[in-house]
Amino acid sequence: MLTLQEVEHIAILARLELSAEEKERFRRQLSAILEYAARLQELDTSGIPPTSSVLPPRSVLRPDAVEPGLSVEELLKNAPRSENGQFRVPPVLGLE
Amino acid sequence: MTDYEAVIGLETHIQLNTKTKIFCSCKADSWSDAPNTNICPVCSGLPGVLPVPNKAAIEKGMLLAAAMHAEIQPLSYFDRKNYFYPDLPKGYQISQYDMPLARGGYMQLPLPDGSVRQVSIHKLHIEEDAGKTKNENGLRLIDFNRCGVPLIEMVTGPDLRSADEAAQYLTRLRQLLRWLGVSEADMEKAHLRCDANVSIRPKGAAYLNPKTEIKNVNSIEAVREAVGKEIERQIREVEAGHKIEAWTLEWDEDAGVLRKMRSKETEADYRYFREPDLLPVRIHEEWKQKVLSKLPELPLERRNRFINQYGLPEYDADILTGDRSLSEYFETAVKTYSGDPKRVSNWLMNDVLRMLNESGLTADQLKLTPQFLAEIIKLVDAGTINNNTGKNLLEKVQQTGRPPAKLVEEEGLARVSDDSAIRSVCQEVLAESPKEVESYKSGKVTLIGWFVGQVMKKMRGKADPNIARKILEELLG
Ligand SMILES: [Zn+2]
Repeated sequence: MLTLQEVEHIAILARLELSAEEKERFRRQLSAILEYAARLQELDTSGIPPTSSVLPPRSVLRPDAVEPGLSVEELLKNAPRSENGQFRVPPVLGLE
Repeated sequence: MTDYEAVIGLETHIQLNTKTKIFCSCKADSWSDAPNTNICPVCSGLPGVLPVPNKAAIEKGMLLAAAMHAEIQPLSYFDRKNYFYPDLPKGYQISQYDMPLARGGYMQLPLPDGSVRQVSIHKLHIEEDAGKTKNENGLRLIDFNRCGVPLIEMVTGPDLRSADEAAQYLTRLRQLLRWLGVSEADMEKAHLRCDANVSIRPKGAAYLNPKTEIKNVNSIEAVREAVGKEIERQIREVEAGHKIEAWTLEWDEDAGVLRKMRSKETEADYRYFREPDLLPVRIHEEWKQKVLSKLPELPLERRNRFINQYGLPEYDADILTGDRSLSEYFETAVKTYSGDPKRVSNWLMNDVLRMLNESGLTADQLKLTPQFLAEIIKLVDAGTINNNTGKNLLEKVQQTGRPPAKLVEEEGLARVSDDSAIRSVCQEVLAESPKEVESYKSGKVTLIGWFVGQVMKKMRGKADPNIARKILEELLG
């Protein structure tokens, strides 16, 4: 079972502010998820190299040539707030 | 009182000078562009996009790795470094963690006392830059232009022993980056950024004490100043019986002070894992050889060769290898001249360097080619023109791009060594200056220089000043 401090630490990393009731609820839920995933560790994987990709072993690279991207208008279309062609964000973000 | 030594390691971030970003085809250099004008779905972190690495960025990384004597890895991986910050649109930075592009490596840093400090690096990896957060009139604004610009991170071992050495390492690194053509390495434009880890210990000790990390030192002078101040502070603390705590400090350039920062995430908090959207980087031998065939002789090797092969003083060799095109200019001029290399060095360091500084050109852009420079020195050596005419000729060749011998012929610059021509001008000068002649004769013999000057002036510098002096002394004696 995760400790309350661990839940609070994860919340800080995710920049989430949780109520006391939420902390307790997420503690139970996150613990259940971790315990479920921990079942994988029962498998004997010694001798099996870590597999991060199942694709053929080759590099796919791109030539260094400029192509047009998005316009400022398109980029900022979904921004909750913007100013002078830039995203505007809240000034305080907790842990920095 | 204990004698202390500083133990310093530098973490550098180098912006590669590729045309495009690391994982998308947006223009990489946004220095003079409006905010958010070089962005696309990939670098602004829109869902469903796929990054593709820039071949040129990998190749520049390989060149730098080879120049740092690091071992290029045949297989390396990209990883996600997770943290939330508004200028990081994806919520993670694509970096390399445990399988970097290159491992090991070092730089042989020459120190002013003639010794060499071997500065090691642990690894060299590629990552993407984040965007910029700006505070404007109380507003917090985000510009994504810099998101995805390719960076190389290189961390030195705790091998530097003073603030000056830290500054020298950065100076040599900047020289190397420009030499290789992998980065513009302009610290003002943050192409080369630096964090410094600093601790102290009794001189000669082999253990390491807790260190502080100084962030945001972004010029060579700032590194020298910030590291110097931190060493002094740590000595004061230890002398006062206090313990050094592993703080993170921020250098305030304007105030010239270090400030304690709130602690950031620890390594585990970044929850690194393999980037699932990218394949590993595989560098086969053939590709590596092709890239490394472009690796030039390195600046410090060339500096040492100039000292050994041409018998140049260290000072000359340092300046002439400060820039790759200047060093190539020098060698070409020496080959064409085929006389004493030091003589070429003198002309270069006195006159050509001034010309470069004043014009802002690089040596390879001069109309005064190294062949023309060699030709001018030969004309002076042969006595065809005198030294002053030679110096003026440098400017004329630079302005016109025409061969020195042609200019000498067309403008009648050849030195007059015909005694009778000089003699008549000498007589003219003496006749025009009765007062000076009188003081000379009453013992003020130093006036001879003034008479020679008058003759040279009348002859537009073409006379042989030694012959003029002899004739004048004869006429006055
Ligand atoms: Zn892009």
